[in-house]
Amino acid sequence: MAYSEKVMDHFRHPRNVGEMESPDGIGKVGNPVCGDIMELYIKVDGDTIVDAKFQTLGCGAAIATSSMVTEMVKGKKIDEALTISNAMVAEALGGLPSQKMHCSVLAEEALKSAIDDYHKKQQG
Amino acid sequence: MGRIYVDNNATTPVRPEVGEAMAGLLRGCYGNPSTLYCIGHEAHVEMELARDTMAGILGADREEIIFTSGGTESDNMAIFGVARALKKKGNHIITSKVEHHAVLNSCKALEREGWSVTYLPTDEYGMVASADVEKAITPQTVLISIMHANNEVGTIEPIAEIGRVAKAHKVTFHTDAVQSFGKLPINVNEMGIDLLSASAHKIYGTKGVGLLYVRKGTKILPILFGGHQERSLRPGTENVPGIVGFGKAAELLVAEREVEEARLARMRDRLWDGIQKNIPHIRLHGHPTMRLAGTLNVGFDFVEGESIILSLDEHGICAASGSACTSDALEPSHVLSAMGIPPERSHGAIRFSLGRENTEKDIDKLLEVLPKVVENLRSFSPIYKEFLREQKTAS
Repeated sequence: MAYSEKVMDHFRHPRNVGEMESPDGIGKVGNPVCGDIMELYIKVDGDTIVDAKFQTLGCGAAIATSSMVTEMVKGKKIDEALTISNAMVAEALGGLPSQKMHCSVLAEEALKSAIDDYHKKQQG
Repeated sequence: MGRIYVDNNATTPVRPEVGEAMAGLLRGCYGNPSTLYCIGHEAHVEMELARDTMAGILGADREEIIFTSGGTESDNMAIFGVARALKKKGNHIITSKVEHHAVLNSCKALEREGWSVTYLPTDEYGMVASADVEKAITPQTVLISIMHANNEVGTIEPIAEIGRVAKAHKVTFHTDAVQSFGKLPINVNEMGIDLLSASAHKIYGTKGVGLLYVRKGTKILPILFGGHQERSLRPGTENVPGIVGFGKAAELLVAEREVEEARLARMRDRLWDGIQKNIPHIRLHGHPTMRLAGTLNVGFDFVEGESIILSLDEHGICAASGSACTSDALEPSHVLSAMGIPPERSHGAIRFSLGRENTEKDIDKLLEVLPKVVENLRSFSPIYKEFLREQKTAS
């Protein structure tokens, strides 16, 4: 198994890493038993995601997909962000080994869960 | 940037003397050892010298050494070979939950053929109790297979005690000694061993060669069929250069054993002391004292093993998360699970296995790099943040 250069770049230099002060939406997915936990935070202005950050416990692919998905959503309208699929995250990273595709699924779920949380907060 | 290789339980670099011995054979002695003309005979003589070396190391007779393609083949041969020879006598095998997959998956294959297998539990250190072995014996038991030293955590099993139990109950006893051969003293008679697997590439020989010790009188059938080589138990033209290299590697390792094992243990203990002093929330996996000299398996809480391995690789350090054979698998290590370590903890386990090329400088470098790597990964680990918050609230 080998990671692409892009995966290694995002693993070595994760983008948008860290906690976010008063986020508008938080997505928490995964569990420690599986060895992967992702937390994704978004800041929304109007209908646009203006900032995204993450904290992740997991393998190289889990860290790289978290980093990539935050890069992909920044500046996107919420409707557009919802169209981001796990395959798109994996593709943006130059592909993932097959046994690591679940990490990209986790990244997609984290994003959807953060947007869901944002909608709930808007209604609540 | 120099490379620091601390994954010697996965495989080892070939010793220069071994390479030279093998190169000599590759250049001149290409004859088939079964032939009568001189180059065949020379190859035969070289191979038999290696057999003598192995017999001497194990306290065995030369006829009891069967060369194979490696540890996996030796384990398969022992388990399937004995099972087939004794199937009229019984259908039960005793092994443990911490064995190498070469043993575990052989046993699972036999289960599919109708055999019954007991997978013994271990204590928190990965050690099997000989009393548990004895309790598991039934009139149907024909084979006990318990490893000598564990590849992932280094725990040394009470092989001599298990050998006594096996002998008292007249059950054939196999031990997978792939991690201990040449490193720990072994005497097959004193330890009551009927079959023993070893591999060359774990002791600075090459990949693709191993041996199975088979005590005279042990009921065993071949699992490969062909010519008369290796007493017809392992037909096929022998890997002469590999075998000669294996013999050389074993001879050199045993000659320096006491000094080298003490050196490895000192370095390993300094590494562990340094980790304990510089990194919080860690634990030792494996037996505190009954452990291979070069093996240190550490659990780092709140981080995942693979991300540590990739980060260490950035600094030229090669270590392992879980065992090399399972590093592509996503399941937590079966050895750590058997030791009662929950999955959320075993995901953060790293194995450092030292070898003859490691020096104190490598330990210095590891102790310089490792705390930074773990701290960096923890800095964006959500469960570590949660832990810190909980600690704050509690105090």
